[in-house]
Amino acid sequence: MIPSSFDYLAPATLGEAVNLLHEHAGDAKILAGGQSLIPMLKLRLAEPALLIDINRIPGLGYVDERDGSLRIGALARESDLETASVVRQRYQILNDTTAVIADPLVRNSATVCGNIAHGDPGNDHPATMLALEATFVAVGPRGERRIAARDFFLGLFSTALNEDEILEEIVVPRPTAPAAGAYLKLERKVGDYATAGVAVQLTLDASGGCARAGIGLTNVGAMAIEAVRAQDFLRNKPLDSPTIAQAAEIAAGEADPIEDRRGSADYKRDVVRVLTARAIRIAANRAAGANIATPLPFTYSPSQAALRS
Amino acid sequence: MSKHSVSVTVNGTAHRSEVEARLLLVHYLRDELRLTGTHIGCDTTHCGACTVLLDGKPVKSCTLFAVQADGRSVSTVEGLELGGELHAVQKAFKEEHALQCGFCTPGMMMSAVALLERNPSPSELEIRQAISGNLCRCTGYVNIVKAIQHAAADMRATRHTPAYVPAQEPAQVSR
Repeated sequence: MIPSSFDYLAPATLGEAVNLLHEHAGDAKILAGGQSLIPMLKLRLAEPALLIDINRIPGLGYVDERDGSLRIGALARESDLETASVVRQRYQILNDTTAVIADPLVRNSATVCGNIAHGDPGNDHPATMLALEATFVAVGPRGERRIAARDFFLGLFSTALNEDEILEEIVVPRPTAPAAGAYLKLERKVGDYATAGVAVQLTLDASGGCARAGIGLTNVGAMAIEAVRAQDFLRNKPLDSPTIAQAAEIAAGEADPIEDRRGSADYKRDVVRVLTARAIRIAANRAAGANIATPLPFTYSPSQAALRS
Repeated sequence: MSKHSVSVTVNGTAHRSEVEARLLLVHYLRDELRLTGTHIGCDTTHCGACTVLLDGKPVKSCTLFAVQADGRSVSTVEGLELGGELHAVQKAFKEEHALQCGFCTPGMMMSAVALLERNPSPSELEIRQAISGNLCRCTGYVNIVKAIQHAAADMRATRHTPAYVPAQEPAQVSR
């Protein structure tokens, strides 16, 4: 499959890229990792007149902690998240998420910011960024603006980014210990979009109960869903089995899936219920100090000790 | 339509070409350079038959434009054999019968080579994860995993030097 013809420019600075995007607003697309864009071009689902390749701009590939936040630059690859030690130490939910995105070959090219900016409800990072209360930094001709994750996703392939803005950076506030998260995804095979995915980030109180919960849902709606009722329900509650089960029921009720090849709407809601309960348990155990490795889909098992409350 | 001058080092040889922006790297390798060892399987970023190394990292060459490889180093299956001797991964695939139809084999081997350069002693799980973006519809993967374990042992024993050439001065210029 061959894309439609387009012009191609590879600016050397972010300022130049923004100017080009502004000049050609509506006709141009940003090329970063290209792992969503290039398939769309090949299928001619998108036929922009101009591609602005930002890969030649130096200094955008960072994943580091500064000023109390994790910062992920526009050119940080999924594989960079997998290898960053700070992510392993304090943002294990991001490790969990990256590990189930596409496959290792795609992750060597795909960018984290692209996963967000694309606005695909099947992408995995949006739910995790909702759970982590991340902020997205957009840069446009009028300068930078910061957009909270919960204000960013507007609908199917629709985000708060303007046509002449580039997602420059993701800022994740450093969790205050004891805190941890987990991301679980049911997929039919490696590289598939989620049948459903659930991101949970917990902060515990002094007695091991829930001080704060962030819960995001993947691919069970037109965009990533923040399960606000389940979050509110968990706040200031002990993390015992009945509470976890009830929170999972509430999260399932907040999912809004449609039937497709991955299953019926009822089935997907039930997957959300099961994964929410498991993710809460893993997050709570991690926050309490347990060393629980990234759960890979083909190693999921309800009998795993990690999943017991 | 826009034409672009690119310089890409493929298996240690620098090539300068005029390419259309929309030309995919896999078509550049196969049609312009006549390096047909890199296969096109699904053409939709799923199967990994088109896997090549870009500056040493395995990527799907059907999901990358040739212009993006300008100034960079590409390794394909043709570059694995050195001086008439097969790469340890190639030998192991032969010895362990790690292929049937052979269509996925070039991509599978490039993923294996990249893994073993990074991790000389991978576990079975690490091997299976590393090739999870390469689909094989014949073997059931069992002999592929065995072959990569076999190659890892051989490479550890012989202090194997990397076959792919990282970005450096081109050995010769063609076209």
